Amino acid sequence: MIDCVENRLLTSRRGLLLAGASFAAWAYLPKFARAADGRDPRLVVVILRGALDGLATVAPIGDPDYAGLHGSIALAANGAHPALMLDAFFGLHPSMPEFARMYRAQHAAVVHAVSTPYRDRSHFDGQDVLESGYAGPGRVQSGWLNRALEALPRGERVSSGLAVGPTTPLVLRGNAPTVGWAPVALPQADEDTAMRLVDLYRHRDPALASALTQGLQLEKAASGDDMKPKPGNQVAQMRQVARGAAKLMAADDGPRIAALAFDGWDTHANEGGPVGRLAFLLGGLDGALAEFESGLGDRWRDTVVLVATEFGRTARINGTDGTDHGTGTIALLAGGAVKGGRVISDWPGLKPANLYEARDLKPTTDLRSVIKGVLQGQFGLSDQVLAQTVFPDSAGARPMKGLVA
Amino acid sequence: MARDSQAALVALNRFGFGPRGGASGDLVNAASDPRGFVKAELARPSGVLLEAPGLQSTPQLGQAVFAYQDQVKQAREAAKTAAPAEAPAPQPPADQKPENQLRRNLSLNTVANEIAGQQMADPKQSDAAMKPDGAQPNAAAPAAAKPAQPLNVIQKTFRAEALARLQRAMLVDCGFTERLVVFWSNHFCISASKGELARIWAGAFEREAIRPHVLGRFADMLKAVEQHPAMLFFLDNQQSLGPDSRAGQNRKRGLNENLAREIMELHTLGVGGGYTQEDVTSLARIITGWTFAGRQGQLGAPGSFVFNANAHQPGPQRLLGKTYESGGLAQGEAALADIARHPSTANFIATKFVRHFVADDPPPALVARLRDVFVKTDGDLKALATALVESDEAWKAPLTKMRSPYDFLIATGRLLARVPEDPGLYLNSLNLLGQPLWAPAGPNGFPDTAAAWAAPEGLKLRLDIASQMGARLGPNIDPLDLLEFAAADAASVETRKTIERAESRQQALALLLMSPELQRR
Repeated sequence: MIDCVENRLLTSRRGLLLAGASFAAWAYLPKFARAADGRDPRLVVVILRGALDGLATVAPIGDPDYAGLHGSIALAANGAHPALMLDAFFGLHPSMPEFARMYRAQHAAVVHAVSTPYRDRSHFDGQDVLESGYAGPGRVQSGWLNRALEALPRGERVSSGLAVGPTTPLVLRGNAPTVGWAPVALPQADEDTAMRLVDLYRHRDPALASALTQGLQLEKAASGDDMKPKPGNQVAQMRQVARGAAKLMAADDGPRIAALAFDGWDTHANEGGPVGRLAFLLGGLDGALAEFESGLGDRWRDTVVLVATEFGRTARINGTDGTDHGTGTIALLAGGAVKGGRVISDWPGLKPANLYEARDLKPTTDLRSVIKGVLQGQFGLSDQVLAQTVFPDSAGARPMKGLVA
Repeated sequence: MARDSQAALVALNRFGFGPRGGASGDLVNAASDPRGFVKAELARPSGVLLEAPGLQSTPQLGQAVFAYQDQVKQAREAAKTAAPAEAPAPQPPADQKPENQLRRNLSLNTVANEIAGQQMADPKQSDAAMKPDGAQPNAAAPAAAKPAQPLNVIQKTFRAEALARLQRAMLVDCGFTERLVVFWSNHFCISASKGELARIWAGAFEREAIRPHVLGRFADMLKAVEQHPAMLFFLDNQQSLGPDSRAGQNRKRGLNENLAREIMELHTLGVGGGYTQEDVTSLARIITGWTFAGRQGQLGAPGSFVFNANAHQPGPQRLLGKTYESGGLAQGEAALADIARHPSTANFIATKFVRHFVADDPPPALVARLRDVFVKTDGDLKALATALVESDEAWKAPLTKMRSPYDFLIATGRLLARVPEDPGLYLNSLNLLGQPLWAPAGPNGFPDTAAAWAAPEGLKLRLDIASQMGARLGPNIDPLDLLEFAAADAASVETRKTIERAESRQQALALLLMSPELQRR
């Protein structure tokens, strides 16, 4: 009996795979239904691993203490590489012109002096807190984005989460079914071999069966005209990953929610100011955001891209023209659904007495409030679900209102 | 033999790199005395060392990089003065910006360039990759895009070091000591993508700082690692200056706490191991002056570890409740020696060790036992490994761990009895599978859980690679013979049937390589 059902599934899926690359082939995905209001919200979570220097990305140029603290790498409103002024006080890093354009079109916003509830300075614990959604480290079974997926009504707007990259980031790990995709340049195994292996795994190793099935489906859906990786640098790779993810998400029955991670933000030495190492990486991030915008096409209108990092970096540069692990930083929002054109901040100031532990930008906004605001605005999750399930024991961090237009 | 095949799989797969094909008799030998088979390698500590013709010391390699960088600089300057008028002509203006970015990125992320330089054949040429002469991606790359460029000394060295490590892994009996090398190398990882020095030093770092101590003392390994130029470069300590040191005062630069933090967080005590931000800063001060001599060689032979008293923060420092009097290099060595025998270190190492070899959720009793061994023997790593092999838990726990991409590729090469003569295929495959050799994304190394390596995309890529191997090697192999070498009667009925029923030898080999028997450990 069971055998029979499995065989039928196998046969039909194989037929569909052979017929071509389409997300419509995903039998296990709930049928997509467009909501009455015509909105079709999408959410992309971009994790910057290594701790982004928020003060170098969106610089508080109007703060009298900023230039002294950030020293040789501080941005300025004028000079050879002036910051892109977002308002009279904050200047955006000059390597992010795309984000600046979105900001001017009111499709991008910055939240400043933000942090998770984590207050120590270990990357890995900090990333666990950022991605798990728990108040402390050590809870790595599931991530807040996965639990948010679980709370959504099945078969409606959001079908399944997309994890971009060779491994699933913690933020998207958990019970809700997710699928993964990463660019490849390799002749692929033929479908018959793949199906035989799936069959073997089904009998002997269900976990591998499930993983391989998902891997096969995603690769099919993502492969298209220009999806093969080309020789290129890190920036090109960031763009390429974003382009592939956008292509998958733009499909009518594609995933509505995706997570990806970019590494390399741990700028302890020679961080660089308007040009240099951080500038280079920010240029890659900016390019990735532009890829999402163009790749999602009409869907961009209903999209929010949230960029977050585990914590910030020291307000004062260290002895090697870099910054060490800190606390407060920024979160970025981009997308047609963002109520943008604003830097949202309860600015704590950079006077010595105002710094957290006399060294870091003091966080005045809980990152969970920002994320909750986005989840509520995009998907209508209730305060209660957000405070109990998605971010357990977080009632104190109220959802930020008005982030989504 | 029948009864012990399962134990033989544990011996070879959990502790080692899997059975070798051909006439090795590994599975039979392991089945007759599983524990003895694993422990045999521990009795030969010198067997852990790796010496191969042409592999050079860290100072020699550092000097090679300095010389190479000088050459590049001279060539660039010569080109600038020779043909300033021609400069814009060869490239269309649109290409200039990405070109510049690529160049700047070279020191930032050499891995990306490594991948780019050794790109697999163009997908359109995938038929070619099936043919034996298409087997080497390196051979196909130049034809696909740009004219062949000779490898520079950094790329050559990296490949020679990689090849020596791969060949060693193919040839050892069980592979337990090589697995220990990989474990410790990942524990104390550096990343070749940090820059040219890190790339050329990656292999030497493992040969010089890790291998001599894998069956020695933890404290010795710790000292060797933290004083190795590759680690000092990777975690920026060569830039860290004592704020009150002469160099700090003159150059108006100061501390960088990167290495100090990772020593405590990742190398010894672990997060929650009882240290504070103050301790991090203290240790950073204590190890100021730990650096390597630069190209001018003012402090010593270029590329060798030196203590630069001029950069060392003067005065006593308080660390983890103890005061370390000023004493130059000895101050830091005393601090490291104490950290190495801190109870948190014993606990952190025992937990990580058991997680790697036995289960993602390490059995607490086994962790406690290994922690006690670590404490009682003052960090004797051979005793630690022996205690693991002698524990019943390590033999009884089900094989739920997933082979990492490196383990998988090595196990495959061993089973197919193919000793590589070029590392290209392995390096490319590791890049694709998310475990680029000696180049993890962060100082915490590659992940060590089943979930990380059994992700959908990773598994699909493994299948693609297995399928390529099947296509290339399948015609000459009897897959059922290979199953005998790999698992014998410990193979499941389903795996055996799947292989028997495959539509071709090529397909059968791909399926065998991907079977749970080959993927789990």
